[in-house]
Amino acid sequence: MVQMRTMEIMVGAFMAAGFVALFFLAMQVSNLSGLNGGEGYHITARFDNIGGLKVRSPVSMAGVRIGRVSDISFDNTTYEAVVTMLVDSNHKTIPDDTFAKIYTAGLLGEQYIGLDPGGSEKFLTEGGKVSLTQSALVLEEIIGQFLFSKAEEGGNNE
Amino acid sequence: MEQLAQLGRIGISTLERLGRGHVLLLHMLSGVTALLVRPKLLIAQIHSVGVLSMLIITVSGLFVGMVLALQGYYILSQFGAEETLGVMVAASLVRELGPVVTGLLFAGRAGSALTAEIGLMKATEQLSGLEMMAIDPIKRILTPRFMAGLISMPLLAALFSAIGVIGGHFVGVGLLGVDDGAYWSQMQAKIDLHEDIFNGVIKSIVFGFVCTWIALFQGHDCVPTSEGVSRATTRTVVHSALAVLCLDFVLTALMFGE
Repeated sequence: MVQMRTMEIMVGAFMAAGFVALFFLAMQVSNLSGLNGGEGYHITARFDNIGGLKVRSPVSMAGVRIGRVSDISFDNTTYEAVVTMLVDSNHKTIPDDTFAKIYTAGLLGEQYIGLDPGGSEKFLTEGGKVSLTQSALVLEEIIGQFLFSKAEEGGNNE
Repeated sequence: MEQLAQLGRIGISTLERLGRGHVLLLHMLSGVTALLVRPKLLIAQIHSVGVLSMLIITVSGLFVGMVLALQGYYILSQFGAEETLGVMVAASLVRELGPVVTGLLFAGRAGSALTAEIGLMKATEQLSGLEMMAIDPIKRILTPRFMAGLISMPLLAALFSAIGVIGGHFVGVGLLGVDDGAYWSQMQAKIDLHEDIFNGVIKSIVFGFVCTWIALFQGHDCVPTSEGVSRATTRTVVHSALAVLCLDFVLTALMFGE
C-alpha cells in the first residue's frame, strides 16, 4: 500500500511538472503575456506606405514600448493605410500633435511605429487621430534616389 | 505464377494486420469508460510510461536546447542577429524538435517496453489466463497502457521544450553573452500561443497516440515465442520512428503551410 502511495505521488509530480512546463511555454515563451487584455485606448494614423508593418508590431515613444498596432486597413478613397494602435492605459498624456513615423529595428529587424511628442497641451484620447505621419523607408526607393543623385552629380561635373 | 501468389500473400497479410490493428484500437477505446471506475490502473501505467521516461526526456531536452543555442549563435552572430537566438531556440523546440524527438525517445524508451511486456504476457499465456477468468485482457491490460501513453506524451513533450528553452538560455545568455532581456522579449514577440505552442501540443498528442498504438498492437499481435517478442520489439521501434517522422511532415504541412 505504501508503494502505491509513492507511485501516486510520483505520478502527481510528473503531471504537475508537465502542466508547469506547458504553463511556462504559454506564459514565458509565447506572446500571451504581452497581450494584457486590451486595456488602453485606440488612436489611428494614416500612412502613405507602411512597409512591413504588421498587426501586433510595437508602438514606442523614446524607444520604450507603450502599445501595439491592433489593426491595419486600407482606405479605398485616399489610397492610404489606416493603422490603429492600442496604447496602454497608463500612458494617457500623448499630445495631439504627436508625430508618428515607421522605423526599422536594425537592418533586418521588424518595423515599428515611433511616436515623437509635440508641444500641444491637448492629449489624444480614444479614437484620436495622429495627423503628422511619415511613411516607412523602402530600401529600393532610397537606393533609387541615391543612384539618381549620383547620376546628377556625374552630369554636373561634365 | 509463384511470385505473383507470394505478392498476393504479402498484400493480404498486410491488410489483415492493418485490420487487426484497427479492431484492437476500437476494442481498447471501448474500455475507456470502464477505466474511469478504476483510475489506479491508469496511475500505475502513467508511472511506468511517463514518470520513468522523465529522466531521458529532461536530460536530452536540456542538451538539445544547449546545442541549438551553440549552433544558432554561431550562425546568427555572422549576421549580427544574436538577439534572435531565443526565437530560434524556442521556435525549433516548440514546433519540431520537442514533439518529434520526444516521440522518438518515447518509442524507444516506453514503446519497446510496452511491446515486450505485452508480448511476454502473451507468450506466457497470462492474457489467455485472464480470459479464462472472464476478464477482457484488452480492456484490463491494454486500455490503461494506451491511455497512459496518450496522457504522458504531450506532458513529456512540453517538459522537453521547456527544459530545452532553459538550456538554450543557459548557454546563450550564460556562456555566450546574449542579452537576457532580448532572449526572452524576442521570443515572446515572435512565438504565438496558437500558431506555435498549441500546434506543437497537437503534434505530440498525435505522436503519443500512434506510438502507443503501434507498441501495443505489436505486443498483442506478436508470435508468442522469445524470437517473436524480440522481433515485435524491433518492429515497434522502427515503425514508431517512421510513423513519427512521416506524420510530422504531414502535420507540419497541414499546420504551418499556407
